[in-house]
Parts: sequence; C-alpha cells; structure tokens
Amino acid sequence: MSDLLRIENVSVCYGTLDAVRGVSLSLKPGETLGLVGESGCGKSSLGRAILALEPVAAGRVMFNGYSVQSLKRSALKKFRCQAQMVFQDPFGSLNPRMSVGAAIEEVLFVHGIGGSRAARRERTAALFNDVGLDPDWLSRYPHEFSGGQRQRIGIARALALEPKLLVADEPVSALDVSVQADIIQLLKRIQRERGLAYLFIGHDLAVVREMSDRIAVMYKGEIVETGTADQVCDTPQHPYTQKLLSAVPDIDMALRHFEWVKKE
Amino acid sequence: MTETSKKPLIDVENLSVHFGSVTDPVRAVDGVNFQIFSGEIVALVGESGSGKSISALALAKLVPEPAGRIVGGKILFQCLDLRYSESAFRIPEKRQPEEERQQSSQPSCNDFQGLEKQKGAGTACFQGLEVLKLKSSELRKLRGARIAYIFQEPATSLNPVFTIGWQIGEAIRLHRKGVNVTAEVEKLLTAVGLSDPKRAAKAYPHELSGGMQQRAMIAMALACDPDLLVADEPTTALDVTVQKQILDLLVDLREKRGLSILLITHNLGIVANVADRVYVMNNGKIVESGETKTVLRTPQHNYTKKLLAAVPRLRNGGDQNN
Repeated sequence: MSDLLRIENVSVCYGTLDAVRGVSLSLKPGETLGLVGESGCGKSSLGRAILALEPVAAGRVMFNGYSVQSLKRSALKKFRCQAQMVFQDPFGSLNPRMSVGAAIEEVLFVHGIGGSRAARRERTAALFNDVGLDPDWLSRYPHEFSGGQRQRIGIARALALEPKLLVADEPVSALDVSVQADIIQLLKRIQRERGLAYLFIGHDLAVVREMSDRIAVMYKGEIVETGTADQVCDTPQHPYTQKLLSAVPDIDMALRHFEWVKKE
Repeated sequence: MTETSKKPLIDVENLSVHFGSVTDPVRAVDGVNFQIFSGEIVALVGESGSGKSISALALAKLVPEPAGRIVGGKILFQCLDLRYSESAFRIPEKRQPEEERQQSSQPSCNDFQGLEKQKGAGTACFQGLEVLKLKSSELRKLRGARIAYIFQEPATSLNPVFTIGWQIGEAIRLHRKGVNVTAEVEKLLTAVGLSDPKRAAKAYPHELSGGMQQRAMIAMALACDPDLLVADEPTTALDVTVQKQILDLLVDLREKRGLSILLITHNLGIVANVADRVYVMNNGKIVESGETKTVLRTPQHNYTKKLLAAVPRLRNGGDQNN
C-alpha cells in the first residue's frame, strides 16, 4: 500500500526561528502516527504545514502522490476536503457567535456539499449523532457545552467533508483524564468505521501510545526516534525518549513501588 | 511534642457550599469532611465540577460570597507559627510608629481569637482557628501568610504589568515587615529551582515559559513560609516533562520545609506518585478516602474505579478493549 502522506525533509521557519528542521515521515491510509514532544518542539508547526496552513521553507509534503505546496485555489480547496484538523483548544477553536450547527453547516456550504439547507442540516445532525451528541443541541452556542463536548463538536466539524487524513493537534490535552479516555475511544471508533489516517500530536507518551500504531519523537524541530508504538515505549533508544517516558505519571510504577516498600 | 502535632492542621467538618437559588441550590460542596496533617501531601481528586476547587477555596474563606453561600460546616485551622521569630500577626501599618516599636518587642496576636504566642517560645500550644468565623482583617492575615494558593493557569494568575520580583515581594512586604525583600525574593526563586534568580526577578510574566511561571507562583506562595499550600491543578496546563519537575519540586519542599500540601487534580497518576492520602470527590461529596496505595490498589467506589481506568497506561501497551 502506498503512502497516503509523505513528508520529505520539511523545514518550517518563522523569520529566523527554525521551528521544524528537515523532518521526514510517512503515513499509510488507515494508520495512526503519533507525534510526541514538548511544547515548542515544532510538532504543531509541522501539523499545520502538512495542511498547508503554514508555508514550508524547504522540502515537500506529498499527499496521495501530489505535492501540497504546489496547490492553488480550487485544487487547494479540494485538498482541504481530504485532510482536516482537530485543534487543541476546545474553547478557542469554535466561533462563540455562531451556533454549533451553523458552524458545521458553514463548512458544508463553503464546499458545496449537500445542495439544500435541509440536506446540510440533515448531514450535520448525522455528524452530531456520530460523535455522540444530541442533534437537538445544534442550535446551542459553544459556551453552553463542556470542554469534552466542544471537542466532540470540533471532531464533527473535521469529519464533515469526509477526509482521509485527520491531523489531531493535542486534541485531549485540555481535558480531564476521564473525558480524555472518552474522546480517545471516540477517535478510535471513527477511525475503524471510516478508515481514516491520523496524525496524532501530543506531549504525553501514554496518551499518544493509546492512539498510535507508530510513534515519532520530536525534539527542537527534529525527529529523534521513530518506530512502532511498542518499540518506542518499551525499548526507547534515544535519551530524550527515555526522558519523556520517565515523565509520565505512571500508576503501575507507583503501585509496584508501594509493593517494594511494603516488603522492606 | 505538643498536642497540636496529633491534631490535624486542617480539619474540615461537614462543609457545604451552595450556588444559585435558595430553594433548589446547586450543591457544589455537600457535607464534606477531610483532614490534612502537618507535613502531609493530601490529594483531592475528581472531575471538573466535582466541587474540589470550591472546597479548597473555602479553607481560607475565598469562596465568592454573592455567588456562593457557605451554608454549613466548620473549618478548624491549627496555626503553626513556630518558625517565625517576628510576629506574623502584627497589626498593619496604620498604627503610630511608637506603637509599632512596642508591638515589635511584644508580639501579640490580638486579632485572632484564643491565640497566644510568646516571642522565642520553643513550643507553643495553639487552639484551632475557626476559619469560617474569622473577621476580614483576621482572614487577610491568614491568606498568603499561613495558607497559600497556587492555581492552574500561572499566566492568568500572575499580574502581567508587574515584574515577578515585585509580585513575590508584595506578599513579603504585606506580611513580613523589616525583611530585606530583594534578598528574600532571590532566596525564594532559588528554592523553586529557577537557575538565574536575579534575572527572573526582573522579568515580566510573559517573558517566562509556563513551567517557570508556575515556579514563580510557587515562590510567591512560599514567601511567608505558610503552613499549608493549596495547589489547584498546578500542572494541568503544563507539558508532562514540566509537570514532573513541578511535582518533584513540591515533594522536595515538603521534605525540606515540612510544608503540608493539598493537591487538587483529576489525574490519579499524579496522585499515585506524589500523595500520601487521597480523597475522591464526585458531585460535591467525598465518595472514597484513604491512604493512596490502599485506594489505588483496592478501590471500593465505582467512581474511583472509573477514574483509575481513565488514566493512560504506559507499560501495558495501548488499549485492549478496541
């Protein structure tokens, strides 16, 4: 199976700051690639560059065989139908002055999907059902929802155009642990049902491991380690990966420590 | 040892805080009981909306009172002030200079009911302060000095128009008279692990990273050597690596200063690694409590089990129930 997404030696710069330096990754259809690193390592910049939301200073982003940078106007619009983003901040990523139904219908309208208002509304209601929300709430405003619910709305919006690739930029970092678990389950179910590929960006290796088939570890703009999720988490090679691993507040380790102390 | 060492530092009895209408209130905190002993790290765990933050604010009577109403309960605070040689309970600067000089030679705590302190006393016998019954002037002495808080978002908790050094110094100037503020600020910034304390003191909040801001907040909280530090989700807004550093710092402060810490969080993983005892809160009530290892190994209540199941696991590999 050929790659859905191939990132070849991509660099992203903001003025003199090199946020991303010579990164190469690949992603197959239906696969989840986890991209993990601290704040400021460049993972969000890379995610945005993949979706042509940031200009690429060097290298190529190849999606389904064509170069994303070379796309203009209508071709770019078609690309947007295929690759979408779920943002980190469930508060900031929804327009507070639009009802959530209108926000999703807008996406369909801009891309000419649905044809009539009624058809768009029906599709929006179906999307809401899909992400576990009550379609009766479509007329409500973002502030009337909890953080987890808003994130579900963000996911519904990303799914509206039936993309093949979803870039999820720290989608659960701002949520409570129990809500995180729900959203991760939701993302997994949607992936199974729709055959989506995910680029799952996060800073917590435990969360990224739950979602990912393969993991790439990013540090200061560069990829320092890649491998399957099991490889990276069970046998980390790079010292930075080991540092990330040790930073995860691990219950099992703590409980084993209690056992050890008890025996003394 | 004095008898106060056996009594809890904080003893919350049957605390209830309501919001909204009187006839059908939102019971944010509903008959909650918990205790914190000296030198302990106690975790208060629950999801958003469980009432844990309000319970913590109530400890220094910081619940916003037009919106909220403390409808019942008692909070007893055993104020341990042995580390101070100067009085922390001095009457504020409105007094005449001669009176102040008199005050400084004979520290007395007339503002607090039933509290007596002798200068240079090796041991002291304190009666508990009933926090909910204190007057505003007495509460002002308590807040920041004996009970200190750090919150989730350091960027919004810090005042953006004053330097870090000035903000930390504010607490010192307010509660600790006659102390060299600059030197103290530097000492505090070093104690919280900031590598260039002089530079940090001159910096504005926006010039520091999230982790450094949170350290600055902790320095501010420690400025008056409080008995209790309430940390309300201090690491939720931070990366996992920075989170570990901040939690290590809190544990270190407990070891070095005998600081008691009330840690509020929704992540049982943090609790497992840091807390001595844990209280689990749901819908305004405490559903389970006990020593951390007991509660985590053998959770009794369904809600605790749910929270445990939600913690992302690293070792056992991903999710088994696809």
